[in-house]
Amino acid sequence: MKRFLGFVKKEFLHIFRDFRTLVILFGIPVVQILVFGFVVSTDLKNAPVAFLDLSNDEITQKVSDKICSSGFFRRGETLLNYNDIDKTFRKNKIKAVIIYEKDFGRKLISEGKASMSIITDGSEPNMATLITNYITAIVTDFNRELAGSQTTGKLMVQPEVRMFYNPSLKGHFMFVPGVITLILILICALMTSVTITREKEFGTMEVLLVSPLKPVQIILGKVMPYFLLSFINVIMILLLSWLVFGLPVKGSLVLLLAESMLYILMSLSLGILISTVSKTMQQAIFISFVGLMLPTILLSGFIFPIENMPSGYGWVAALMPPKYFIIIIKNIMIKGTGFLYVWKETLVLTVMASAFIWLSIRKFKIRLG
Amino acid sequence: MKKFGNFVANDNLNFEVYEGEIFGFLGANGAGKTTAIRILSGLSESTSGEVIVAGYNAKKQPEQIKKNIGYMCQKFSLYADLTVKENIMLYGGIYGMRKALIRERTDILLNKLNFREYGDRFISDLPLGLKQKLAFSVAVMHEPKIVFLDEPTGGVDPITRRQFWEMIYETAARDITVFVTTHYMDEAEYCDRISIMSEGKIVALDTPVELKKQYDAESVEEVFVKIARPGNTPHPTPISSRGEGE
Amino acid sequence: MRTILYLIRKEFLQIFRDKFIGKAIFGVPIVQMLLLVPAVTFEINNVRLCIIDRDMTTESRELVNQLEGSTFFKVRFATFSEQEANNLLHRGKCDLVLQIPPGFGKETGIGNPGRILVSVNAINAVNAQLSWAYLNGVIRDYNMNIVAENTGSLTFGSFPQIQISNRYWYNELLNYKYYMLPGVLGILVLAIGFLLAGLNLVKEKESGTIEQINVTPVKKYHFIIAKMVPFLIIGLIDLAVGLIIGKLTFNIPFEGSIAILFLGSAIFMVAVLGLALFISTFSGTQQQFMFTAFFFIIIFVLMSGIFTPLESMPLWAQKFDLINPAAYVMRINRMVMLKGSTFQDISRDIWSLTLIAIAFTALAVNRYRKTA
Repeated sequence: MKRFLGFVKKEFLHIFRDFRTLVILFGIPVVQILVFGFVVSTDLKNAPVAFLDLSNDEITQKVSDKICSSGFFRRGETLLNYNDIDKTFRKNKIKAVIIYEKDFGRKLISEGKASMSIITDGSEPNMATLITNYITAIVTDFNRELAGSQTTGKLMVQPEVRMFYNPSLKGHFMFVPGVITLILILICALMTSVTITREKEFGTMEVLLVSPLKPVQIILGKVMPYFLLSFINVIMILLLSWLVFGLPVKGSLVLLLAESMLYILMSLSLGILISTVSKTMQQAIFISFVGLMLPTILLSGFIFPIENMPSGYGWVAALMPPKYFIIIIKNIMIKGTGFLYVWKETLVLTVMASAFIWLSIRKFKIRLG
Repeated sequence: MKKFGNFVANDNLNFEVYEGEIFGFLGANGAGKTTAIRILSGLSESTSGEVIVAGYNAKKQPEQIKKNIGYMCQKFSLYADLTVKENIMLYGGIYGMRKALIRERTDILLNKLNFREYGDRFISDLPLGLKQKLAFSVAVMHEPKIVFLDEPTGGVDPITRRQFWEMIYETAARDITVFVTTHYMDEAEYCDRISIMSEGKIVALDTPVELKKQYDAESVEEVFVKIARPGNTPHPTPISSRGEGE
Repeated sequence: MRTILYLIRKEFLQIFRDKFIGKAIFGVPIVQMLLLVPAVTFEINNVRLCIIDRDMTTESRELVNQLEGSTFFKVRFATFSEQEANNLLHRGKCDLVLQIPPGFGKETGIGNPGRILVSVNAINAVNAQLSWAYLNGVIRDYNMNIVAENTGSLTFGSFPQIQISNRYWYNELLNYKYYMLPGVLGILVLAIGFLLAGLNLVKEKESGTIEQINVTPVKKYHFIIAKMVPFLIIGLIDLAVGLIIGKLTFNIPFEGSIAILFLGSAIFMVAVLGLALFISTFSGTQQQFMFTAFFFIIIFVLMSGIFTPLESMPLWAQKFDLINPAAYVMRINRMVMLKGSTFQDISRDIWSLTLIAIAFTALAVNRYRKTA
């Protein structure tokens, strides 16, 4: 035991003496949380819209003004003919084009109807949907005003909406949990897999293996400092999200920290498993970074909801450990629910961590034997 | 005879090396040998003084120097994941040798080292002795004017060391100056001239025979022990490097 | 010039000598592309509804029917207890609760506005916004029906009405794969090139092989370029393979010129590799490089506009994106592939990206020292 503690101390010193790595280790999560909390947003604001006004009368101008004064849109280029549409779209200068038919105002008054069309840039599907819906809503509003003067009252069904948990639709409700999840798994898996393969690559692992330390102790000793580092990271991120984004932990902080420890443990074991299959640091980095980054971002529900994925992907996502942690964190942090709501996810993470450890030990033994 | 290398790292390090000689650079660990050799080969810059190697000023014409020197460092540094032939091809190419010439030299080199069957082996699979001999051969493949060897025989068995020194002699015979650091004192006996460094200063510089005479010693080792033992101020006046010429 | 060829040959040999890396640089992008591209979508077709219909009239049922009829919504639960509905929302069993208060049918029947209450799980703001927009669309249609019914036999033209039609250009069905594929490809190529090129240089430092190179007359820019070229070529091959697979499996459109697409990606790669090598000149160990790379790659990727629109970012972030190569390539790829943008259309982006590429490469060459 004493020998083991000595070894752990050595590993700690090893990491803490490298000032630069330390700065990076703590700096990364802080900067990333700050950047994404402020940057990542999907709000529609000031989207440039171009008008192809073939009528150019009082009413079309009124409609255009109404659209542009909504705050969601701003007036982009003024187009003169149909050919301009494609040209401006191709230059990426505008997000949508609104076309008023010829004699729009006159038709509206004399025939009681006039048509306009919205063309959106479908190469960005989200934007396109949002823009179409927003403009349609604005024009519907305009219609109602027109109708209001002639028909009795309002005939409309008026929905009242309550956005639960995130009333102002802020992006960071989504991104804080996502970034914690992403950063923890990447840092933990990277760090462990790389430190262990480093020993292999430089041949120092043999030296350790002939020492009186047991292999399990060696691995534990290597992983321990990172466990602590990652835990400090979690606390820092939680503090930041509370102080900077006003996103406090609604549920039990103790539970959240305990779950984070479990997730860190799982990520570290994943790193150990990766180290058993890679021969060089390059390989370890490749697997734990290129291999994990995009699947973690895309399949865990970080940005893209798992429910929207095509059938069959439920299974793929079910294999992604981050998925479970995101659910846990959202539940405890944002919804404020208790353990009863996340026990299944907790169980899955525990099983995964144990499986990774079991596999690593087996691999390790085979190699030694 | 023309001056070949001229080196003044500071006031205490002032010496010249002559063309075609085997110049031994001795000193205890940490005496500054490696720093000196790194400055001479252009890997480090000297803070003051003037360094002239192969007729070029190290500050002003470092790239000219690099064309005319070979270097083999303490830490083995051919590419372990490339084969013997691939390494030779690479360095031949870097020194601007024609492909045909590289092939020809490769053949000669492999024959000489009895290396034929090793040509397509990865460097990482070679025993240390072979690696060192190969590194030396690669370092002189482009016929430099001077080659720097930084502890080339560290950790090598006595037989290989002997073979290695035969290679050094052959090289010197081709008028390539050999600048070698070592802490094997028996190797020092093979050098034309040796300098002994201590705490960043050159404290002795002469032929082994002369040095032994001066210090009344049986071997270079004895000379070294007399000079380099800590607290032992060498009794003859420090040797000026402005060589007497040979 | 010949020296450079020897160096490049050596780099290629080394990359492919590592059997794992040699396969992974092509295998991983292909697998991830095939796996990830179809998975990610905001296409909402499965918003799970919980209905609290307290009105129970023909009108309210009509509204529910209309919701059920739309492809976006699935009515999963119906209850009379608000608490239960909220509980379902809480447990993540449904995404949206629609409450129709009593009197809804009566009010709308006599031409008064009928209120309904909608609760959306808004943790994912994008999703919430989109499902809300869809719900609004359905309600709008419903309103139109009421209007038509109420005005009854009266001609439609009895009060003026602007009729809206809308079209999505370049991607009529709003196929998400078209949107994601160019982006995912760009990111994979970025991550692979950035990591491997940088690690490569740091590894030479760590193992000491760089010393042997540094005593040779190799020029600094020769060495840096030789480190870049193999990954540039690998990146472009990855891109080509990715595009071919995209065409075959997802039928990705190629509106614009492939040559321009590759030109843009090549410049992008140079910028990325230049930066990677620049960073590696600062790093003593592969770990140090890795963490710095981690930092940059994640920031580049998440700020590139691949998932969220650049226009929604704050101004300072948009300014930062002026030096983010990933933001350029994302735009260029999408514009050229989906919209058929010509060189003229994207020339500003191309020139800016070229400038960045030159700057990063120059920094790398400058920072790389042959003397320690």
